[in-house]
Amino acid sequence: MSTVMQTQTRRMNDPLVIAGVAYSSRLLVGTGKYKDLDETREATLASGAEIVTVAIRRTNIGQNPGEPNLLDVISPERYTLLPNTAGCYTAADAVRTCHLARELLDGHDLVKLEVLGDEKTLFPDITQTIEAAETLVRDGFKVMVYTNDDPIVARRFEDMGCIAVMPLAAPIGSGLGIRNPYNIMTIVENATVPILVDAGVGTASDAAIAMELGCDGVLMNTAIAGARDPALMASAMKKAIEAGREAYLAGRIARKRFASASSPIDGTFF
Amino acid sequence: MNITLNGTVREVPDNLSASALLAVLGLADRRLALEINREIVPRSRFDNHVISPGDTVEIVHAIGGG
Repeated sequence: MSTVMQTQTRRMNDPLVIAGVAYSSRLLVGTGKYKDLDETREATLASGAEIVTVAIRRTNIGQNPGEPNLLDVISPERYTLLPNTAGCYTAADAVRTCHLARELLDGHDLVKLEVLGDEKTLFPDITQTIEAAETLVRDGFKVMVYTNDDPIVARRFEDMGCIAVMPLAAPIGSGLGIRNPYNIMTIVENATVPILVDAGVGTASDAAIAMELGCDGVLMNTAIAGARDPALMASAMKKAIEAGREAYLAGRIARKRFASASSPIDGTFF
Repeated sequence: MNITLNGTVREVPDNLSASALLAVLGLADRRLALEINREIVPRSRFDNHVISPGDTVEIVHAIGGG
């Protein structure tokens, strides 16, 4: 088998499993902040993502009836939709949103839970998130939970039945990249459910770093939609996720303080 | 009758079923979810559920988000 085929086979044998479903892409993308639906479609396609988040909001009443719908370009047949609870500041609102999302999507019960604590940082309100997660798990939802990089909290979400835990790299939309790599690493090492970095990724290297830390995947929106060329950035992110994952599986060299020569001394003639 | 629809008070015909309300609003073929007085009305009940005066109705759909 050629090296290219070996690599492809390895990737197919290294799926991301979320709620019992195997995915070959470890990049999950949001659909917000795009210029228009064409751009949304092109960038999502270029990313290779199979799981795509959506928001649940009031329908516009009395506006253009021919207006195209997000789900016309991001089809539930082609993609696994991940409705989010964006904008919710209370457990009650988040739970209500998830129930509406499940009804909207014909019983599809995979959700991204986020309960925010503050408008400036958009950091999660952990107390409210815990309350919402407990209710949603009890109500039969498969919860992927947005949280901070606290390993104790991450383990708590796993133990209560969330099917994935998603620590933030940095504030949503900040593009700062992973602020606390050692915490992310600890979360990964303590986990038996998938750990996905969600929020704060800025460019391709950030995504690669997340994967090199051992994360199972990365969820991002602004890093792609806000780039000058979203489809091109989506393509970069796709490669970065793959590169980071291979680097992680390959087992990197240790960091050393001093040098270790790459060429032998034996046989030198000077 | 008056109902509150997506946060705004509106006048709609009396004795409307949920299906009929959606038709009146031009939303009959859309993928959406309906909540009346904080309870979800499933699609299977749209024909049977009658809207009452003073009901608070929320009609939601999926849009782009992160």
